[in-house]
Amino acid sequence: MADGETALLLARIQFAFTVSFHFIFPSFSIGLASYLAVLEGLWLKTKDDTYLRLFKYWIKIFAVAFAMGVVSGIVMSYQFGTNWSVFSDRAGPIIGPLMAYEVLTAFFLEAGFLGVMLFGMDKVGKKLHFFATLMVAAGTAASAFWILSVNSWMQTPTGHEINEVGQYVLAGSWLDVIFNPSFPYRLVHTVIAAYLTTALVIGAVGAWHLIKGRDLPGVKRMFSMAMWMMAIVAPIQILAGDQHGLNTLEHQPMKIAAMEGHFESLDSHVPLILFGIPDAEEETVHYKIEIPDLGSLILRHDVNLGIEGLDTVPPEDRPPVGIVFWAFRIMVGLGFLMAGLGLFSLFMRWCGKLYSSWLLHRFALVMGPAGFVAVISGWVVTEVGRQPWVIYNVMRTEDAVSAIGAPGVTGSLIAFVVVYFSVFSAGTWYILKLMSHAPGSEETEPEGPIRTAGITPAATEDKAWDRGERE
Amino acid sequence: MGDPTLTVIWAAIIAIGIAAYVVMDGFDLGIGMLFPRLKPGPERDMAMNSIAPVWDGNETWLVLGGGGLLAAFPLAYAVILPALYAPLIAMLLGLVFRGVAFEFRWRDPAHRKYWDLAFFGGSLVATLAQGITLGALLEGIEVEGRAYAGGWWDWLTPFSLLCGAALAIAYQLLGSCWLVMKTTGSLQTEARRIAKILVPFTLLMIGAVSLATPYVEDQYFSRWFEWPGLVVTIPMPLLILGVTYMIWRDLESGYDYRPFFWALGLFLLSMVGLAISIWPDVVPGRISIYEAAAPRESQIFMLVGAGVLIPVIFAYTAWAYWIFRGKVDEAGYH
Repeated sequence: MADGETALLLARIQFAFTVSFHFIFPSFSIGLASYLAVLEGLWLKTKDDTYLRLFKYWIKIFAVAFAMGVVSGIVMSYQFGTNWSVFSDRAGPIIGPLMAYEVLTAFFLEAGFLGVMLFGMDKVGKKLHFFATLMVAAGTAASAFWILSVNSWMQTPTGHEINEVGQYVLAGSWLDVIFNPSFPYRLVHTVIAAYLTTALVIGAVGAWHLIKGRDLPGVKRMFSMAMWMMAIVAPIQILAGDQHGLNTLEHQPMKIAAMEGHFESLDSHVPLILFGIPDAEEETVHYKIEIPDLGSLILRHDVNLGIEGLDTVPPEDRPPVGIVFWAFRIMVGLGFLMAGLGLFSLFMRWCGKLYSSWLLHRFALVMGPAGFVAVISGWVVTEVGRQPWVIYNVMRTEDAVSAIGAPGVTGSLIAFVVVYFSVFSAGTWYILKLMSHAPGSEETEPEGPIRTAGITPAATEDKAWDRGERE
Repeated sequence: MGDPTLTVIWAAIIAIGIAAYVVMDGFDLGIGMLFPRLKPGPERDMAMNSIAPVWDGNETWLVLGGGGLLAAFPLAYAVILPALYAPLIAMLLGLVFRGVAFEFRWRDPAHRKYWDLAFFGGSLVATLAQGITLGALLEGIEVEGRAYAGGWWDWLTPFSLLCGAALAIAYQLLGSCWLVMKTTGSLQTEARRIAKILVPFTLLMIGAVSLATPYVEDQYFSRWFEWPGLVVTIPMPLLILGVTYMIWRDLESGYDYRPFFWALGLFLLSMVGLAISIWPDVVPGRISIYEAAAPRESQIFMLVGAGVLIPVIFAYTAWAYWIFRGKVDEAGYH
């Protein structure tokens, strides 16, 4: 491989690595910020201290996850320039303003109110504190809005033209750019995914403590809330995903062809390939198990209509098939399992065994990390499925990269891998440690060093919160 | 191409953003670098608590600096970031370590000293990298067409290292003055002692960088030593001397708040000096703000948002600082 090709591959690996690691945290904190707002709102409304106890429990976990999201996110905002400078120069006039809006409407809002949310309860009173919590939640949602608009524009670019120096610049209205064709679908699908990811984690933590026999009011409450979320939102997500798929078929047919494993175009009666081993060399799927006509039904809603296969474009314009094909199956499979968990919980609830079903609790526990896996798989489908384009049908990935030599990118990639694995493993461990205590069980905990450390906030936590509650 | 007036406005907004970043994250990076000098236990906890509610907001200005540069001057972003690849990646990784330390040190008392070390090391690396970035930029980077054309180690020069060291000392001065303002007891006494030691070193560093700058690039020399630059060249050293004296005097006289604000003044003066050297370039000596500017449509679209949102951001940031005003106390959620 020539040095340039190696450097390109390394830069792609580095971006994939850092963005995948980064997205794990927002996909959890977007949902958790909203959950905290709901908990605090319900506490203010009902005066039920179980909600407050849950709020205090999850806010510690939120703080750790959020810190990791922030530091891994700052890396992203610079990596466009360090490693994808040609892309930044060319696409900057279009995506730059959207990202600037993300900073101005979302990042400052989150960060500005986070301090008040974490430390300000006894300084600002309940109502203002609730307002701060709402602002943090709004910030996470606004962030999702803008960054998904940027990503969607790269998938389905509209509203731009090329100027004399080769930059993509506005032609017409910013609304065409922001609300590009795939954006509404991607926004809905991604935000729901974040809510599901959070609910799966909360459900698994609840299930863990129920399995351990700690059926405290807080444990039951959060498990029940998470299972309602699963039952209602997982089926909605399947519908949203279907609509997103139809939108992709319209605008990025080659991505769909890769997801479905269709090398040949078919005019009608497209089968649905459930499993198989795609082979890009021979342009076929080996050992495939397929259901006749179902592909046409799902994608065109009519057995007499067909879809374009990968053979409609030359091989150099096709995405890698295997990884897209498999990542898609992982995502969809987990999505159906989530809906299954939701339905099963409804049934157990109806039987009155929500808090005692051996099987339900194990199922919910095993599904705890499923949201993260599904979210990352989904991003692999959409990002790898866009290849070989960085801006679909407009700019190739190979033309977007900075002229940084392979040794330089190797060095930074190794540094990122080492630092991320060590730092974020530690963070994940601390989150798991926090989760291993049941909410409301603190009263019976032995006094650890953190609670005897003099003036540390930990030692005075309850005092501070009590003061807040009295106001 | 960009509209000339809007280009100047955007240059001013980015400059304000960078200035806001430098003074705000400056003091909390400074506290990170001072950490080994503080006693483990209550002193370090109190120092950390004095910045815990605001550090994340402070660091967001860095994201605005990066994002704003991409949006308003995409060519500059595309040239500068690859040129300073190594120091920027080092800065980002440094910020990872210090950012997570805010949470992790509370979660793991058994390993707290390691997270304190990460807080110190991360702050130090990030600061040195920022100073080196500035120095390398001032020295000029090679540009060909619309891309960086220099080598791997171009950023590593005696001048860039001098700038790195200068920034590390200046941030520590800001950080120690912040602690004088926000804390009490033995921590405040120690911070005051350190701040007084740092005052002459800061002055020395500002002097060294100021004297070296006109010689790294002809443009700066003529800017400072020819009419009308002389109008600023003559009073600037006097102003710097005066403000530095005030920091020292108010530390000596036992004031809590004044030294920090004088230190902010010193930073602002230094940044004005920088602006005089660089203006109207965005890549000094190579690319002007007019050449790098985003098209008019992009400038206008962002200006609408920035015009409304930046004042709002200043308002709620000020509110957050106001809530946590006065001496740091024990409230928290940990």
